[in-house]
Amino acid sequence: MDDKPLAIVLFSGTDDKLNAAAVMASGAAALGRPVHIFLQYWGLDAFRADRIKNDHGLAAEAGAEGKAAVDALRAEGQAPWYETLAMAKELGGVEVQACSLSMDLLKITEDDLDDLVDGTEGVTAFYLAAGDAQILFI
Amino acid sequence: MSDIHTTVDAKGLSCPMPIVKTAQAVKNVPAGELIEVLATDPGSVKDFAAWTRSTGNAIVEQTEDEGVYRFVIKRA
Repeated sequence: MDDKPLAIVLFSGTDDKLNAAAVMASGAAALGRPVHIFLQYWGLDAFRADRIKNDHGLAAEAGAEGKAAVDALRAEGQAPWYETLAMAKELGGVEVQACSLSMDLLKITEDDLDDLVDGTEGVTAFYLAAGDAQILFI
Repeated sequence: MSDIHTTVDAKGLSCPMPIVKTAQAVKNVPAGELIEVLATDPGSVKDFAAWTRSTGNAIVEQTEDEGVYRFVIKRA
């Protein structure tokens, strides 16, 4: 069971959820599990080449106390989510695909996306690629 | 006990970085050689137990000293 693939539908575009996705992906990659990440809506928006390093804010439930905790961890040197994801990709077996509907929605092309994104696919291709993988929606 | 081939200093790094950095490092370590990992993340105790069980690498030594966890792992 340890090499069961993982598929992550990354819909959310706030830094906390992007980091949660990067952590789940890198942990699976470290175990040698193949990981397929499908970027939708605001998750995809965060992967724009000119915005990826921006402050993407936090989920509403974080509040002021949550923001202070996240800022403190960052000040201690926690890697930003896109670096964690880059390390997961270096380990191998991690593929990042943009949802074609979301590309239309945001009116962007692959040229607008960071190099972490490997390509574009529709939901059917996502399901075929995911196969019997465990699917997470973040 | 043979010498340490590679040391991964993951002190101060939060989950999952100690495991990710170790998984990266073992790629350049020949089978049978030893990797030393230093970490301060308390979760690393269970994480390294799970990671070695899953990957076939073996923890041959494990100590804790003033919040620093030290694992010596034999590369499978």
